[in-house]
Amino acid sequence: MAANEVLLNVVDLVKHFPIMKGVLIQKQVGAVHAVDGVSFDIRKGETLGLVGESGCGKSTTGRAILQLHRPTSGSVFYEGKDLVKLKGENLRKTRRRMQMIFQDPYASLNPRMTVGQIITEPMLIHDMTTQKDTQGHAERLLKLVGLNPAYTSRYPHEFSGGQRQRIGIARALALEPALIVCDEPISALDVSIQAQVVNLLEDLQAELGLTYLFIAHDLSMVRHISDRVAVMYLGIIVELTSRDELYANALHPYTQALLSAVPIPDPVIEANRKRIILVGDVPSPVNPPSGCRFRTRCPLAAEICKEKKPEFREVAPDHWVACHMV
Amino acid sequence: MTTQVSHPSTGQTQAHIANLTMMTVKPRSLWQDAWSRLIKNKASVIGMVVIVIFTLLAIFASVIAPHNPLQINSGKGFTPPMWIPVGPNGVPADPNFIFGTDTLGRDVLSRTLYGARVSMTVGFLPTFIIIFVGTIVGLFAGYRGGRIDNLLMRITDVVYAFPDLLFFIIVMVTLRQTPIGQMMNGLFLLFSALAVVNWVGFARIVRGQVLSLKEKEFVEAARCIGATDSRIMFRHLLPNSLGPVIILTAMSIPGMIITEAVLGYLGLGLIPSTNPKDFFITSWGASMLEGQTAINAQPWLLLLPAIAVSLVVLAFTFLGDGLRDALDPRLQGTQ
Repeated sequence: MAANEVLLNVVDLVKHFPIMKGVLIQKQVGAVHAVDGVSFDIRKGETLGLVGESGCGKSTTGRAILQLHRPTSGSVFYEGKDLVKLKGENLRKTRRRMQMIFQDPYASLNPRMTVGQIITEPMLIHDMTTQKDTQGHAERLLKLVGLNPAYTSRYPHEFSGGQRQRIGIARALALEPALIVCDEPISALDVSIQAQVVNLLEDLQAELGLTYLFIAHDLSMVRHISDRVAVMYLGIIVELTSRDELYANALHPYTQALLSAVPIPDPVIEANRKRIILVGDVPSPVNPPSGCRFRTRCPLAAEICKEKKPEFREVAPDHWVACHMV
Repeated sequence: MTTQVSHPSTGQTQAHIANLTMMTVKPRSLWQDAWSRLIKNKASVIGMVVIVIFTLLAIFASVIAPHNPLQINSGKGFTPPMWIPVGPNGVPADPNFIFGTDTLGRDVLSRTLYGARVSMTVGFLPTFIIIFVGTIVGLFAGYRGGRIDNLLMRITDVVYAFPDLLFFIIVMVTLRQTPIGQMMNGLFLLFSALAVVNWVGFARIVRGQVLSLKEKEFVEAARCIGATDSRIMFRHLLPNSLGPVIILTAMSIPGMIITEAVLGYLGLGLIPSTNPKDFFITSWGASMLEGQTAINAQPWLLLLPAIAVSLVVLAFTFLGDGLRDALDPRLQGTQ
């Protein structure tokens, strides 16, 4: 992207979910370290891909940025304001500029509301329209996401998964947001529909100048849509760089292993290429390993990885890695 | 691999067909879907018809009843129903009194029709109060969670654990002579007692619904678009938890009617009125109490209100079953 202007700045974001025990008097006996200190910028107009395996904290990061899960500590700066410190009315007003597209198109639409009500509710809440004008806005939004504007009086259960996801996108667009957090928006969809939705997201980005935080576990899809990619492992970001740099020159051993798992649609190359197979399971986020999070499965692990947490540092221009061995 | 021959316009045509189907079918909300399933269920339609008939009978009892329910016809006590020529007491039937008369010669049919007023009111009025209270408590407990939830649910547990009938009897006996106990011929006290005990069922069921619904993504989406807590509770959570509430309503009304009949039978329900201008004159429970002492002389004194109670209770149960199947098709056939 041309301008490197920063839209959103995440600093040392931490989200721990307490584990409670006890019948009447509850005591905290531990915490799930879902997100454990992530820092990154999102630049205006870019698509930042956020990848990692299930349970590594991708979605929690997205929700913590939008304050849907209040972070345990850290800051999220947007237009000079720290969202973490905002409360009530101020938060609701500022969050208007940040919206979310959800993973499950079947669970993310209220089944008792019509499509028109669903996509214009945000505008009514923020007084951007009056009850009289909602019909026009609903039709405009449906057209924007490629649905028939006559569908406003229909109910979500009358639509297919792909159509519902479009409705979810229309709802997010209703508030004219600057940033949209896409929480695995395509992983619940058919492969043929996935491409349609991704293309829609790209068209909308070009048309409306949107910025995306695109959370996904499908590496080829992330490669297709992202400008920069952040790789998460067990609550931290291990590598962050531009898409081309990442896919050509991954530095962190976890990223290398992850990329080597992507199948190549050519049987000859596929049979001969070297794969890095990680052994063991992801450690429990309740009790993460000391030092480097990845050391228990890392082929390069040394003594220092046990003792010291690797610093997230810029090893090459715009290429950030958290590893002692790089 | 099979080779797929597809014309470039195939996709377009299919989309076009799908579009046309969408355009010709009318939009249907989930409520409309449930309603169409409900009216296909014969038992619940019969139930609804019976309920409507009894409601109308209760409202227009003064017009429909052939006699004044308080009018004493001396010398005509224990008249058998019209289809029995001579009753056990040797009293001949009187075609004026279809179901015969009681000890004092009052018309059994008219008294039963007036009794419907009490039973239908007892079924509906406290239920609406407890739906309101129970739903609000359940919504807040489920949505807020934490301490409020703990407090509200412990209160609920205490009320739930208390034996219902014992509570009614204690309340009715101790407060019967006070001004509150005399309001609406004792019915006000009865309604209050029923409401105090029964709201907990609604609170629990709504809380349970809210607990599972609030984790759904559409609630998160609502928060994301800036909806306030009250908007989320009343626009998003409440409409989605109404299904079980409606089912429970239909299921709890017969319980109320039976409780009133039992208390009336124990002489603790309605205070029988002697003023013909009163809206509530007698109840089915009170009629059964009078009838059981004279079961040999005039069995219909007991039978007619008993049949009426059974019919209404059965009707509500059928309707409740039908509503459950209609509102949650996955539960169909389960108990």
